[in-house]
Amino acid sequence: MNNMNITDIVNPANLVYKKNSVLNDLPMHYCPGCSHGVVHKLLGDIIEELNIQEQTIGVAPVGCAVFAYKYLDIDWQQAAHGRAPALATAIKRLLPDRYVFTYQGDGDLAAIGTAETLHACNRGENIVIIYINNGIYGMTGGQMAPTTLLGMKSTTSPKGRMYERDGNPLDMPKLLAELDGVCYVTRQAVHTVGAVKKCRRAIKKAFEYSALNKGTSIVEVVSTCNSGWKMTPDFANRWMVENMFSKYPLGDIKDTIQA
Amino acid sequence: MAKLIGSIKVDIQKCKGCDLCVIACPLDVIALSKDANSKGYNFAHMINPDACNGCSACAEVCPEASITVYRVRV
Ligand SMILES: Cc1ncc(C[n+]2csc(CCOP(=O)(O)OP(=O)(O)O)c2C)c(N)n1
Repeated sequence: MNNMNITDIVNPANLVYKKNSVLNDLPMHYCPGCSHGVVHKLLGDIIEELNIQEQTIGVAPVGCAVFAYKYLDIDWQQAAHGRAPALATAIKRLLPDRYVFTYQGDGDLAAIGTAETLHACNRGENIVIIYINNGIYGMTGGQMAPTTLLGMKSTTSPKGRMYERDGNPLDMPKLLAELDGVCYVTRQAVHTVGAVKKCRRAIKKAFEYSALNKGTSIVEVVSTCNSGWKMTPDFANRWMVENMFSKYPLGDIKDTIQA
Repeated sequence: MAKLIGSIKVDIQKCKGCDLCVIACPLDVIALSKDANSKGYNFAHMINPDACNGCSACAEVCPEASITVYRVRV
């Protein structure tokens, strides 16, 4: 029945999916199955689709994504821990015709960089904030972050996070959505094909909104850190669905432009 | 009835054997190889190429962007 062989099919004319050209060919340093890789790929897809490679400036964080600038062929700056929104503010104000985004983990955005994040959003800087929430400090070995779930084990909460001792998990996007400076807040994930496609659309919207000068756009990606969580990539995805999504439910939190 | 026939090409040196494509594939086309790449990862490959319809689920979830997908309508 199938009288075509693989060489007939593997032909540029039949191409339906290939790596975008913004993402270069360097192997990424992330652990196998890490969500960072998928989000890097989506950023490349969107920058290619919107044809804004020459006008996009990323701000890399401190955390596992500190080397993001090695993989996406755009202009980058690398900020001190948590200060990406402050640096992005300066870049966007000096070069207002550029698309400026920060790429931050939860340790970066919700712990050490809380003040910078809150004030950039309160000022309504016309930047995009990509927020990778994996519930721990991945790069430094899986310590508890403000976002760590109650009961969730980390190297600094080996018996699980306790409210009495450690407080409650912090939902930054929900908090930031209260600010008038913020025009778009959405929470996505990249654990399934459907989620990846939705996340791509959300990031695209955030980039488009940032050009309208209507304020800050925030895309949280609820992510896994399978090596920090000490799970296989697949099990980490299932654990995320079962545990993370009740505290961090997916979907749009705010959209003042389409509303 | 038109039928879709697909095929994938894996960049085996970039693949880290995370298994996410294997799980994402709705047609059980992919598995991890017993062979390893130069970094020691058991890379993904097609074990059931006739079943592939080029849906690109594997490529969408791949964190390394190491899968290219082809599809023909016959
Ligand atoms: C000023 C300063 N304080 C602390 C550190 C140590 N440090 C490096 S990465 C990191 C946490 C990163 O976690 P997160 O932002 O969640 O990113 P992930 O690695 O999980 O992607 C910390 C505390 C640092 N590099 N600089």
